[in-house]
Amino acid sequence: MKKSFSIKTVVAIGIGAALFFVLGRFVAIPSGIPNTNISLQYAVLGLFAAIYGPIAGGLIGFIGHTLIDLSWGGSPWWSWIIASAFVGVVVGLFANRLKVNEGEFKLKSIITYGVANVIAHAAAWIGVAPLLDIWMYAEPSDKVFAQGAVAAAANVLTAVVVGVLLIIAYTKTIAKKGSLDAE
Amino acid sequence: MAAKTVLNYLPRKSVVHDLTGTAKLVFFLLFTFASMITYDTRVLAGLLVISLGIFRLSHIKISEVKFMMVFMLIFLALNNVFIFLFNPNQGTEIYGTRHVLVHLFWRYDVTAEQLFYHLNISLKYFVTLPVAILFISATNPSEFAASLNSIGVSYRIGYAVSLALRYIPDIQRDYHAISQAQQARGVELGKKEKLLRRMKNSVGILLPLIMSSLQRIDTISSAMELRGFGKNKKKRTWYMKRPMQRSDYIAMALGALLLAISLGMMAVNGGRFNNPFL
Repeated sequence: MKKSFSIKTVVAIGIGAALFFVLGRFVAIPSGIPNTNISLQYAVLGLFAAIYGPIAGGLIGFIGHTLIDLSWGGSPWWSWIIASAFVGVVVGLFANRLKVNEGEFKLKSIITYGVANVIAHAAAWIGVAPLLDIWMYAEPSDKVFAQGAVAAAANVLTAVVVGVLLIIAYTKTIAKKGSLDAE
Repeated sequence: MAAKTVLNYLPRKSVVHDLTGTAKLVFFLLFTFASMITYDTRVLAGLLVISLGIFRLSHIKISEVKFMMVFMLIFLALNNVFIFLFNPNQGTEIYGTRHVLVHLFWRYDVTAEQLFYHLNISLKYFVTLPVAILFISATNPSEFAASLNSIGVSYRIGYAVSLALRYIPDIQRDYHAISQAQQARGVELGKKEKLLRRMKNSVGILLPLIMSSLQRIDTISSAMELRGFGKNKKKRTWYMKRPMQRSDYIAMALGALLLAISLGMMAVNGGRFNNPFL
């Protein structure tokens, strides 16, 4: 616990949440489906969870999503906020072992990362979010599951496609261990 | 794109502004939970009166927060439409009776129970809206981290939140600069490009943004380490923290009372809904 919650983690949570907020609140890249945007924040959430671990991932999702809801002026929609935090934790648990910050991201890691994101988003938006919606807000189940399925599809697409491209580009900027040769 | 739109703090001289951040946070949480759990129209109406009353006390004008209101109203309308489209019988399922007022087509009947359910859902939005808007507009963001810490959240997390609030405008500015620079180089994110191409192009903007953010994390954490952040395990003092006044205790007690009433009515009604149809 002590080691996983260093000063760097605290700062990473803060900056990660700020990035999550800016991308989720002000950046709208049309997806082609009306009223649905590509949520780039989940690609960044995945990268930060992979670098800084599940606790940071969960808190970035939680704080970032809460701030987005507050800035729209409503009361925070807790069920979806918890689902965002859940995504951060799950991706962090899977991806923390991938050594992304040592510059390694080969095909096997890419597959692990992709699968982790699919599992995390499917469980979050088709499981956690709608079930909490029903339990906390008594909304009709057909509606919340339909909403959840749309969100899951959109977020999986972003998190996997943009997320993988992003991590590949990121790992290329890091000098790998043993990349220096003595002459 | 102005940075001040982040959390729209509107400083003013009022009873609500004078409350400490802690009192406001506690009241906000208690109040939103009270309104979240109940679907009893009488309780919601009572909460609405209190909510609007507090809004009056704050001296914040509706015109100043119009954008948030409009957004929430659109969201509310859409949500109502979707609920009706997906399940026009949600009211019947909850209240157990069925009084058809108008038959529309196929499975869509307008029932009294459904309208009552929609009324309660909408009422819930109107109850929390003024309090939520006030919480954002009347709390100094710098005080927010201190209040999180004083309700028992670890100060590290409180500090992370305050870092987030501090760096949102900077990151927003960076994003803007990077995306304009990339667009000038022909990186297109709009509808002119195909979806996959658009996603690939977004990496061209995200990567510089992330590299600069990671650099920022290094700089800030070194600065914090030099200043001995985290040396004390339990406690941290906050510049913006103010001592509690009597009005703060009154506000928090009011929040607790409202939550107790909301919970009490659940026991009286035998559930979250009160049923006028039986």
